[in-house]
Amino acid sequence: MSVVDPTTPLTVVTGNLARRRRVNRLMLGSSTAAAIFAVAILVIVIISVVQRGASQISLSFLVKDPAVGIAAVGGGIADAIVGSAAIVAVATAMALPFGVLIAIYLTEFSSPRTARPIRLALDLLNGMPSIVIAVFVYGVLVAGFHQTGFAASFALAIIMVPLIARTTSEMLLLVPRELRDASHALGVSRWRTIVGIVLPGALGGILTGVVLAIARAAGETAPVLLLSSIFGNTTSIDVFGTALPNIPMIIFNDSESGFPADHARAWGAALVLIAFILIGNLVARAMLARQRRKLVAR
Amino acid sequence: MTSATPAAVSLSPTRRLSDRVGDRLIVVITVLAAIAAGALIVLIIYKLVDGASASVSKFGLAFVWHSTWNPSAAAGVRNANVFGAGALLFGTVVTSTISLLLAVPLGIGIGVYLSLLASGRVGAIVGPLVELLAAVPSVIIGLWGILVLAPFMRSTIMPALHGALGWIPIFGTPSTTGLGVFTAGVALAIMVLPIMAAISRDLFLSVPSELKDGALALGMTRWEMIRGVVLDSSRAGLAAATILGLSRALGEAIAVTQLIGAGSAIHANLFDTGDTFASRIAEQFNDSTGLWTSSLFYCAVILLVMELVINFAAQVIVRRFERRMGLAAR
Repeated sequence: MSVVDPTTPLTVVTGNLARRRRVNRLMLGSSTAAAIFAVAILVIVIISVVQRGASQISLSFLVKDPAVGIAAVGGGIADAIVGSAAIVAVATAMALPFGVLIAIYLTEFSSPRTARPIRLALDLLNGMPSIVIAVFVYGVLVAGFHQTGFAASFALAIIMVPLIARTTSEMLLLVPRELRDASHALGVSRWRTIVGIVLPGALGGILTGVVLAIARAAGETAPVLLLSSIFGNTTSIDVFGTALPNIPMIIFNDSESGFPADHARAWGAALVLIAFILIGNLVARAMLARQRRKLVAR
Repeated sequence: MTSATPAAVSLSPTRRLSDRVGDRLIVVITVLAAIAAGALIVLIIYKLVDGASASVSKFGLAFVWHSTWNPSAAAGVRNANVFGAGALLFGTVVTSTISLLLAVPLGIGIGVYLSLLASGRVGAIVGPLVELLAAVPSVIIGLWGILVLAPFMRSTIMPALHGALGWIPIFGTPSTTGLGVFTAGVALAIMVLPIMAAISRDLFLSVPSELKDGALALGMTRWEMIRGVVLDSSRAGLAAATILGLSRALGEAIAVTQLIGAGSAIHANLFDTGDTFASRIAEQFNDSTGLWTSSLFYCAVILLVMELVINFAAQVIVRRFERRMGLAAR
């Protein structure tokens, strides 16, 4: 290393220190650049979808069934919107009570020893690839029978349960201990305390979890690909009888098509889906902030 | 019967029947729900192994590395109805590696920015935006990948890499469509990135500020403080985050199916087509029959095993880390 000239004033940055400052600026600059990059990707994806999808969106796109025929132009995705809504609604009806009950068990009744395997099971379910869940549900409900919207709902419910259970148990833990104690002291039974005091106190947070789970389920494609992908082009809510058309399948099929008209329909459907998901996430975020304020302010 | 005995009555003289039944019932119902969650895992494992049994007994463990995948059942065809997942193992490893190589450093950088550099107001906007990226469904990433990313890769990135680094076999001749292993890996990186970023931000925020201030007081630059204190004390957490990102990349089926081009050979060239366990299932499941379906179940079993191993590895890392931190705090 070079010897520092003792006559230079200390305010002049030289040699080693100058190098350290350069490295510092470079690394901090690249962190900032990484953050800008991530936001840029989100913006680029959303702009692509909005730009190409917006020209598709019209009233008839939302309320008409698709035109029939290869590379047919016109028509809409009403069948897929209705089908997706039916599949996700049935999935929510199954996952919501199940997830909330698990959360109640974890926060109100479990000991650390019994909670551990349940939390592990929820973690494993949460990390399980959706295609694996889809193959499992295929083996249970579709093999030897045929695809149904219900099979897709069942797979989506398995995906939703750990999400709902986790947010719900976090929210139940936020409900102050004193409320429970006060309720017990007044002689209120345990189940009335849970149903009347604890759950209402955490309602906003529970709904947040449900909204996020619905937003996640609405875009899940692997389950519907295996369980509800062979369908006609008519609007139906016969969840138990047939495979239902749905938005992720429309996007998936049309994205792999060679026809520009199909691509256009895929962008339109993608815009509908992404708008639903982003609005769901924003609503959930707002609800969560409100709930936190409510519980913390108490 | 027993409830009529004086002792039982005196224990809870005022409790109504509905309360007694309700208290018992809510415990039973919630316990059943919790047990059902565990039972579901067991049922999933059982059902997948059951579906794969035909393929397992025919091909055994060699299925994992043999690379013939021939669903053709016509008589006289060589290797007809023989399945092996070697090419899928290769594709899965390569796409996941690409996604982690891109997403881990970027995610850590975003974590540093959000936890240490961003001013409150900017961070409050950028943080949620990065999290929103995780909410974009994979089928939309795939659609965007096919129609926007792949043509861009084909016209710009791939020729540039091929031109500059073409002497390395992995940067070979670009595919005609832009679809391939590399494009799929980039799309996976986009999905892994928000996970990495969110976890590393939370990790860095939890580093005690005394340590950070102490390092700065000793005359370190901010980057030296970040490298020496923040990153160093978060090593285990970052390893766990990487593992969780890996689990996301391994299991993603849809976007990879859309972007990888459904090849069945093993190439050194990253710009060529390939396939992963998950994408092979997504592509072929609806057309498959018999032993073919069973082999796809086998692929699902392999994915499940990978996921279980990864999850346990992450838990072990976090637990060891927590123990160490616990000792350090005492």
